[in-house]
Amino acid sequence: MAVLLVADHDNRALHDATARALTAAAQMAGDTPVAVLVAGQDCAAVAEQAAGLAGVGSVLHADGAVFAHRLAEPMAALLAGLADGHSHIVAPATTTGKNIMPRLAALLDVMIVSDIIGVEAPDTFVRPIYAGNAIQTVRSADAVKVVTVRGTAFAPATVSIGAGPAPASIEAGAGAADDPGVSAWVEDRVRESDRPDLSSARVVVSGGRGLGSKENFAMLERLAGKLGAAVGASRAAVDAGFAPNELQVGQTGKAVAPDLYVAIGISGAIQHLAGMKDSKIIVAINKDADAPIFQVADYGLVADLFEAVPALEAEL
Amino acid sequence: MKVLVPVKRVIDYNVQVRVKPDGTGVNLANVKMSMNPFDENAMEEAIRLKDAKLASEVVAVSIGVKQAQDTLRMAMAVGADRGILIEAADAVETDIEPLAVAKLLRAVVEAEQPQLVLMGKQAIDNDMNATGQMLAALLGWGQATFASKIELADGRATVTREVDEGEQVVSVALPAVISVDLRLNQPRYATLPNIMKAKKKPLEVKTPADYGVDVTPRLTVLGVAEPPRRAAGVRVGSAEELVQKLKVEAGVL
Repeated sequence: MAVLLVADHDNRALHDATARALTAAAQMAGDTPVAVLVAGQDCAAVAEQAAGLAGVGSVLHADGAVFAHRLAEPMAALLAGLADGHSHIVAPATTTGKNIMPRLAALLDVMIVSDIIGVEAPDTFVRPIYAGNAIQTVRSADAVKVVTVRGTAFAPATVSIGAGPAPASIEAGAGAADDPGVSAWVEDRVRESDRPDLSSARVVVSGGRGLGSKENFAMLERLAGKLGAAVGASRAAVDAGFAPNELQVGQTGKAVAPDLYVAIGISGAIQHLAGMKDSKIIVAINKDADAPIFQVADYGLVADLFEAVPALEAEL
Repeated sequence: MKVLVPVKRVIDYNVQVRVKPDGTGVNLANVKMSMNPFDENAMEEAIRLKDAKLASEVVAVSIGVKQAQDTLRMAMAVGADRGILIEAADAVETDIEPLAVAKLLRAVVEAEQPQLVLMGKQAIDNDMNATGQMLAALLGWGQATFASKIELADGRATVTREVDEGEQVVSVALPAVISVDLRLNQPRYATLPNIMKAKKKPLEVKTPADYGVDVTPRLTVLGVAEPPRRAAGVRVGSAEELVQKLKVEAGVL
């Protein structure tokens, strides 16, 4: 199986989701090394980083202004041109991957397999449906399998540099795509934070509507600081304006699976559980003893969060 | 400018989903069905464009079983001018794949010539998050996915997108496909008089054969299972006890 993995990165560093998707890609590839496409602008460092991941056979490096922001139109065109000879084209199910890969699939006249959490066979995949309330196993009959991978379901591939085989070869100038010119990047608004990345953090502290206000929500930052944790939020908290949307955990936000997930003032709607119930240990703090979050929590504390959170901070 | 809004009939988002004992799917018989929540946002945005005189006509289209006409009537009750139903399945369990839906929508676009397709970013049943991107590809149009803000001017749409890192603003040339996120707007409710009026709005019924589109699925569903259940754990009495358990028992601190 010849598998091509599309790297997610920011032109400076490889996103952790890429190493996780590589693990899934390797399962599809069998014994064959995986090829990785690094498309971006001035992103040679990312290509080198990708070449150092265990299981990567070669890196295709496409560099140019047209790929600077990995817009779907030029990326899908580039990938469609590279599809020949590949059995699978795989990407992490990040917002970038979700934007590009269905477009690619349609260009190739194949059906995408989105957000997989398991590889049963090179043509058979496991994926959540209905916000994770059901798990579907599907087999694709398409000539090229176009797949996105939920990162939390796969461990990241290891870095092999200095520990065995030489890094993979890098082929520069891989593919070229004309800019279809139908879309243009205007601006990125990235929230600066010194907290770890939500999708890959070992500990996540999440707040819900129970926090009551944006100011109160900020107290989670202190607790997260003590725990070295990322901060997350329920959709209710985001909708209420307590937290920005990029912190949203759930069906329509991010899926996370940290070692420790602390849900504070979150009732536990199924749409929220969809994004966090694969966490190793779940802690719930809520004053409502009947809140559904307690049904999935390993440790539940029925308490007023405005007393419990400072008490927790003091204990740490 | 005409706006096309595809709407999908899905299980109501408040209904507890139950997997069928035979593992072929989820139970959709005698279950409350509603318009896909993201499609409600798309419809709301289209109506606002019409209210702002930026759109001249809003056409709703639904692809699925004949009961999807209820979804179209709801779309017309909140403001769509007319509806197109493409009856593509007989059994309520049948889900038409995004690729086939995109091909049908391409045919509708070619017939209707809208300048903008506004649609939900994903359906809450199959959670594929694919149809908008696929439609844009088939039409050769630009796409802006996961929109939380849309501004139209000078033949382009400036769209704020919800992305993992925060927000990204892109500008797409019209015609374009825009897929929308929940924070775009607050959908209105249909009033009773408008529900009554919607019954008189035109609703055209078509089949995939009318458009020459084959809706045979590419993916074979081998099985649908319940997710692994988490057993409820223990209640602790204090923050102190919680920290102790996390350190000693769980070993995560």
